[in-house]
Amino acid sequence: MRTRIMIYQGKQKIWSEYQKEIPDDHWFYVRSCIRQNFFPGAEVMFMKICREELGKDIYETPHHTTCGGIAYHCDTIPQETVMTIVARQFALMTEAGYENYAASCITSFGNYIEILETWNEFPEVEAKIRELLWKACRREFKKPKYVAHASDLIYKFRNDIAAKAKYRLVNRKTGEPLKVVEHIGCHYSKMFPSKGVGGAEYPYVLCGMIESWGGNVIDYPERRHCCGYGFRQYHVKANRGYSISNTHKKFESMEPYHPDMIITNCPGCPYFMDRWQYAISEMEGKTYGENGFGIPVFTYEEVASLVLGYDPWDIGLQLHQVAVEPLLDKIGIPYNPDEKYKGLNHKDIMRPELPSVLKCC
Amino acid sequence: MGKLFDELSKDYRVREGLKTCINCGTCTAICPAAEFYRYDPRKIVDIVQSKDEEEIEKLLKSDTIWYCGECMSCVTRCPRKNGPGLVIMALRNLSAKLGYFVYSEKGRQLYPLTKMLTGNILKYGYCVYPETFRWEDHIESGPVWKWHTQHLKDNFERLGANYQGDGPGVLRKIPQESLDELQRIFDVTGATERIETVNRCSEEVAEKMGLTMEEYFRKTFEEASPGHLNAKADEY
Repeated sequence: MRTRIMIYQGKQKIWSEYQKEIPDDHWFYVRSCIRQNFFPGAEVMFMKICREELGKDIYETPHHTTCGGIAYHCDTIPQETVMTIVARQFALMTEAGYENYAASCITSFGNYIEILETWNEFPEVEAKIRELLWKACRREFKKPKYVAHASDLIYKFRNDIAAKAKYRLVNRKTGEPLKVVEHIGCHYSKMFPSKGVGGAEYPYVLCGMIESWGGNVIDYPERRHCCGYGFRQYHVKANRGYSISNTHKKFESMEPYHPDMIITNCPGCPYFMDRWQYAISEMEGKTYGENGFGIPVFTYEEVASLVLGYDPWDIGLQLHQVAVEPLLDKIGIPYNPDEKYKGLNHKDIMRPELPSVLKCC
Repeated sequence: MGKLFDELSKDYRVREGLKTCINCGTCTAICPAAEFYRYDPRKIVDIVQSKDEEEIEKLLKSDTIWYCGECMSCVTRCPRKNGPGLVIMALRNLSAKLGYFVYSEKGRQLYPLTKMLTGNILKYGYCVYPETFRWEDHIESGPVWKWHTQHLKDNFERLGANYQGDGPGVLRKIPQESLDELQRIFDVTGATERIETVNRCSEEVAEKMGLTMEEYFRKTFEEASPGHLNAKADEY
């Protein structure tokens, strides 16, 4: 008995290192360049869920900008520049009276953490950046008390969402939990493991949501492999073979496990895992889902919205290239096919052409 | 200017990312780029660690330093807490600063990247923006993106975004005074100077190649010579 208690306490101690404190309320929110472009409904739904479903105070100022992270990781701007842009974001947070900082983007989240850690280790850099910010913008800032990725917030409130959920990640016909692949953005915890829920070895931020909402997490060999973005390896057309090769490697690895869906927390990963499935189908005639469809890829905000019962077309799932309808049918989420590609007030705005191989609805 | 290694040592990413490399090659084993390109981050870190000026200059002028995807998977796995990805970032920064990037094909890609990304930041306040993410340059974005870009206002309105609108929200218009602040940040932190260096060096190369800057943009954005990929990727 004593041994069992010791083992339990030992495990608790080990796992405590992988826990992350996430404040309950009052967040200053900064948006993601990529998520706004490709998954605009996801950020709209995040705000709606936080404010209307969970009753949280989450603030956004129109004056915040890109953090410059993509430009920085494409090596087009110096480190001092990205640090000063970030310092300006912190100044906006300070001026608005907030201390908790939530980033929608994983590149941004990694960027904020890297900068704060560098400032902690080299205080002279922080002093220099404060001078540069004052010179450029006449602004001053306090560092955030807490920096979270927006997925940390949904993770924290996953059980509240489950309690309000209309649907679960369960196959309606068989009653079996859906098989879910989770993909964590590299910059969430690979650089600073202690800053992510579950660290770099056992990231739990998405697993927690999946388990709470009824699904089963799939483990597969290339689970932690990069989605293939690679910054300059995608933004330059000549380099995109790098990007698709890495995504291809992941899909080949997960294929034998027959995933029903993929959930991601990085804004870029769902774009690449969605669109490269289309490109692979055009190039090689290969599809990874059932009956010629792809494996639908979602952001965590989209999945939270689905289980809460929002209309799939109100949350923007029509902007995915891989059709989501097979998954909606499995769960039993109703949708109107005629409304999928409509504008506001049922306005007819045509519809996309169909791919030549990948089956779409 | 001091020695190249001394210049690199001033970069906080080298101070953070290069302690004592034991040449174990774990970074290369985990690296997505090493599987695809003829690329070995272990060798790069070892060259920098050797302080061999001639070899470091070769690196700064090579394609090699531009193969990394900056995923930072190497940082998690290094048993000595080095950050090979951070060392690469410092090398790229120095290569850009000294104008050495124009000596390699992958380095010359800094011109289209700078034009696209810093252009988006200073004009719109975003790194990526729908107006400039053209389907013609991204056919992999699929017919759905092609359709979306033809109906941006309708789709964004349907989804509750605030595209090009005042106030907060998805893809709001960033106020001009905030864009002015970004420009001043670029001016005082060296980004404006960096853009000028990249443009000046690229214009010199384009002139030698007999290309207009638009032709040079297309060439550096679209063309890849043989020899970058490792044998397995070449077969694929």
